[in-house]
Amino acid sequence: MYRILRKEILNPQVKLLEIEAPYVARKAEPGQFIILRVHDEGERIPLTIADYDREKGSVTIIFQEVGATTRLLGSLEAGDAIADFCGPLGVASHFEGVKKAAVIGGGLGTAIAYPQAKKLFGLGVEVDVIIGFRNKDLIILEQEMAKVSNRLFVTTDDGSNGTRGFVSDILKQRIEEGAQYDVVIAIGPPIMMKVVCDVTRPYGIKTIVSLNPVMIDGTGMCGGCRVTVGGETKFACVDGPDFDGHLVDFDELIRRLSIYREDERISLERHACRLGGVLNA
Amino acid sequence: MPNMSLKKVPMPEQDPQVRNRNFSEVALGYTEEMAIEEAQRCLNCKHRPCMSGCPVNVRIPEFITLIAAGEFEKAYEKIYETNSLPAICGRVCPQETQCEQQCVRGIKGEPVAIGRLERFAADWYMKHITKPVVKSPRNGKKVAVIGSGPAGLTCAGDLAKMGYDVTVFEAFHKAGGVLVYGIPEFRLPKDLVQREIDALKALGVEIRTNMVIGKTLNVDELFEEGYEAVFIGSGAGLPMFMGIPGENLNGVYSANEFLTRINLMKAYKFPEADTPVFRGRNVAVVGGGNVAMDAARSAKRLGADNVYIVYRRSEAEMPARLEEVHHAKEEGIIFKLLTNPTRILGDEKGWVRGMECVEMALGEPDASGRRRPVPKEGSEHVLEVDTVIIAIGTSPNPLIRSTTTGLETNKKGCIVVDENTCQTSREGVFAGGDAVTGSATVILAMGAGKKAAKAIDEYIRAKAQS
Ligand SMILES: Cc1cc2nc3c(=O)[nH]c(=O)nc-3n(C[C@H](O)[C@H](O)[C@H](O)COP(=O)(O)OP(=O)(O)OC[C@H]3O[C@@H](n4cnc5c(N)ncnc54)[C@H](O)[C@@H]3O)c2cc1C
Ligand SMILES: Cc1cc2nc3c(=O)[nH]c(=O)nc-3n(C[C@H](O)[C@H](O)[C@H](O)COP(=O)(O)OP(=O)(O)OC[C@H]3O[C@@H](n4cnc5c(N)ncnc54)[C@H](O)[C@@H]3O)c2cc1C
Ligand code: SF4
Ligand code: SF4
Ligand code: FES
Repeated sequence: MYRILRKEILNPQVKLLEIEAPYVARKAEPGQFIILRVHDEGERIPLTIADYDREKGSVTIIFQEVGATTRLLGSLEAGDAIADFCGPLGVASHFEGVKKAAVIGGGLGTAIAYPQAKKLFGLGVEVDVIIGFRNKDLIILEQEMAKVSNRLFVTTDDGSNGTRGFVSDILKQRIEEGAQYDVVIAIGPPIMMKVVCDVTRPYGIKTIVSLNPVMIDGTGMCGGCRVTVGGETKFACVDGPDFDGHLVDFDELIRRLSIYREDERISLERHACRLGGVLNA
Repeated sequence: MPNMSLKKVPMPEQDPQVRNRNFSEVALGYTEEMAIEEAQRCLNCKHRPCMSGCPVNVRIPEFITLIAAGEFEKAYEKIYETNSLPAICGRVCPQETQCEQQCVRGIKGEPVAIGRLERFAADWYMKHITKPVVKSPRNGKKVAVIGSGPAGLTCAGDLAKMGYDVTVFEAFHKAGGVLVYGIPEFRLPKDLVQREIDALKALGVEIRTNMVIGKTLNVDELFEEGYEAVFIGSGAGLPMFMGIPGENLNGVYSANEFLTRINLMKAYKFPEADTPVFRGRNVAVVGGGNVAMDAARSAKRLGADNVYIVYRRSEAEMPARLEEVHHAKEEGIIFKLLTNPTRILGDEKGWVRGMECVEMALGEPDASGRRRPVPKEGSEHVLEVDTVIIAIGTSPNPLIRSTTTGLETNKKGCIVVDENTCQTSREGVFAGGDAVTGSATVILAMGAGKKAAKAIDEYIRAKAQS
C-alpha cells in the first residue's frame, strides 16, 4: 500500500495528492508518469509525475476528476492508502541546447506541464508559460507557474479573469512579437495540442506534446496506447509520452480515446451510487 | 491386470453450449474412481519412455502406480520431487507432444492420460492435505528474481528451499506472469495460481509488485542493494502487429491487451470490476496458437455471435494444442484456414467494420519446415467483423536489455545464455523462460528456472570460497 501524505484541492475538480513512494521518487524525472490502482478491483490509470521529493521519498500527482477512478481517488484523504503505484514510466523529457522555451498548459495540462517548466527554469532557460482555462474558477497552479517562468500568461475562454482567448492565440501573438523560441512544449487536450502545432508549424519551431492515450500496463506489453507519429506506430508508454507534435496523428488519438466512452459512463454511474454523498458534495 | 481399454477415461467437462457463456473451468477433473481406472492403463514400463518426453523428468510410472494403489498423497509428493507446479502443468502442458507422445499405450489407441492424472493428484492434495511449510534455515545470502511467471517462481522456490533470501520483482500489481494475465480462468483458475504463490511466500520468498526493472530499478542497482545474483525471467511480452492498413482502428486489439483486460483486470465482470473491454458481436482472431484459441474462446464468452480464427496455413500446421482446437470447435468458433488478412476496414467513425482477407495455398516448405503459404490471386474477400484481435506472436520486451550493460541478446531480442547453467554474458546474471527462448511453454520456463537455481547456488558458493 502507498500512503497519502498530503492532499490539496486546487479547484473543485482538480486535486493534488502527495504519495509516499520512495522507489518512484528516487528515479522520477519530468515527463514521466506513474500507473496506479486505488483498490484491488480497480482500474490501472496513468498520471503524470507533477513533482517529487527524493529525500522525503514522495511523489506528487495532480488530477482532474473525470470518471470513476479519478473521483474515487479524489475522495481519499491524507492518511489513506492506495493499492498500487508503479513507476516512473515513460521517457524523461530532454532539453539539451534549449535557451528559450514556451511552456503551454491547457486546463489540467497545466499540471502535466508544470514539472517541465520547473526543470527548464532550473536549467537557466528563459521560460514563457502560457496557461489557459475555461473560466477563472478553474485556474490552477498560477503561483507555482509564476515561480518557474520569466513571463506568465493566464487566459480564459470566457475572459472571466480579464484575458480572453485560447493559449494558441497568445502563443501566436508572442511569436509575432518576435519571441524566438527554440522549443514549444504544449500539453493539454488533444485538440489544443493540435491547434498549437498548427500555429508553430509555419515558423518551424520544434513543438513537443505529451500524449495521453488509454493505457493498461505502461511497460510496452499491450499496445493499447499505440499512436501514429510520422507515419509509424509508437507505444506512447515506452516511446513517449512526449513526441514531436508536428508528426502526431491527433485525429487518430482523439478517436482512440473514445473507445470506452459508453463503459466509462456506466462505470461512473455505478460508482456514483456507491460513493453517493462523496460525489454529490 | 492392467486396464486394456484403448481410450482414456473421459474427463467430465462443462457442456460446450453452457461453458461458452461462462468463465468457469471447462474440464472438471477426475473423481478418485476415474483416476484409479485411468492409472490402471499404465503398464509401468521398465524403460519409461514417457519420462523422456517430460522436460522436468516427472517420475511418471511411479506416480501413476501410486494413484492406481489409491496412495494419492504419495503420488503428489512423487510428482512434486521434480515439478513444483503440478496443478498448473497438469492443466496446460502440451502433453500430446511431450510425455504422452512417448507413451507406449499410444502406439495402439490413446496414451495414458498422464496430464489428467497429474492434475488429479495435485487437486486432490490441495483439497485434502494441509502441511505446515518447513522453512529452510537461512544462509544469509540474497538473490533477486525479475518476473513472476513460471520461470521466476520456480527459480525463487528452489532457491528459497536452499536457504536463500529471495526477492521477486514484478512489474504488474499481481504475481503470476502469463498464468494470470494470459491464460484464461476457464483453462487455469486463478485461485490455483494464487495458492502456488502463497506457498512460495510461506517458504519465505518476498514478492515485490509494481517494480519495473529497467525503470524503477535496474540490474546494476540490484547488485548495489546486496543481491549476489540476479535471475531474469521477464518473459516475451511484446506484442507483434501485422503492419497492414487499419491496425489502429477502434476495435483492433493485440491478444495481450484483450486477454490482460479480461484476465488480469477481470473485465469480464465489468462493471463490478472497473476495467472495460469492447464486446464485439463479430470477432476475428488472427493466428493459430494457444493465444489465438484463448482470445477466440474469451470473445465468445463475452457474448459474441460469431468468432473466427483466421490462420494463413492449414490445421495441420496450427501450433495450438489439439485439445484447445477441439474445445474451440465444440464451443462454436469458426475456423477460416488458409486465409490471410490484407487490411482492416473502418467505418466513417473509425471503428472496425470488416477485414479484407486473401485465400492462401501451401507451397514449398520454408525455413521452419512447414509449407509456405502463398496468396491465391483474385481471392480477396471481406469478413464482416467489428473486432479484430491480433495473436501472431510476441517477443521479449526491450526494457531490461536496453538498461543492463554487458547483457548479450540475439537479433530476436532474446537473452543469450549457456544452455547448461542459464548463465548470461554478464557475471552473476542468469536468465530463463520465454525471455531466452521466445514464446514457449510453462514447463520449459519452469525447467529453466530450476536449472538456473542450481547454477546460481553453485555460483554463489564458488564465489564465497574464492
Ligand atoms: C501518460 C499519461 C499521463 C496522464 N497524466 C494525467 C495527469 O497528470 N492528470 C490527470 O488528471 N490525468 C492524466 N492523464 C489522464 C488520466 O489517466 C485519465 O483521466 C484517467 O485515466 C481517467 O480515469 P477515470 O476512471 O477517472 O475516467 P474514465 O471515465 O475511465 O475516463 C475518462 C477519460 O479518461 C480517459 N481514460 C480512461 N481510462 C484511461 C486509461 N487507462 N489511460 C489513459 N486514459 C484513460 C478516457 O479516454 C476518457 O476520456 C494522463 C494520461 C496519460 C496516458
Ligand atoms: C494466452 C497464452 C496462452 C498460453 N497457453 C499455454 C499453454 O496452454 N501451455 C503452455 O505450456 N504454455 C502456454 N503459454 C505460454 C506460457 O504461458 C509461457 O511460455 C510461460 O508463461 C513463460 O514463462 P516465463 O516465466 O518465462 O514468463 P511470463 O509468464 O511471461 O512471466 C514474465 C513476468 O515478468 C514480468 N516482467 C516483464 N518485464 C519485467 C520487468 N522489466 N520488470 C519486472 N517484471 C517484469 C511480467 O510482468 C511477467 O509477470 C501461453 C501463453 C499465452 C500468452
Ligand atoms: S510436467 Fe508436463 S510433460 Fe511432464 S509429466 Fe507433467 S504433464 Fe507431462
Ligand atoms: S509409457 Fe505409458 S504405459 Fe509406459 S510407463 Fe509411461 S505412462 Fe505408463
Ligand atoms: S500501455 Fe500497454 S503498451 Fe503502452
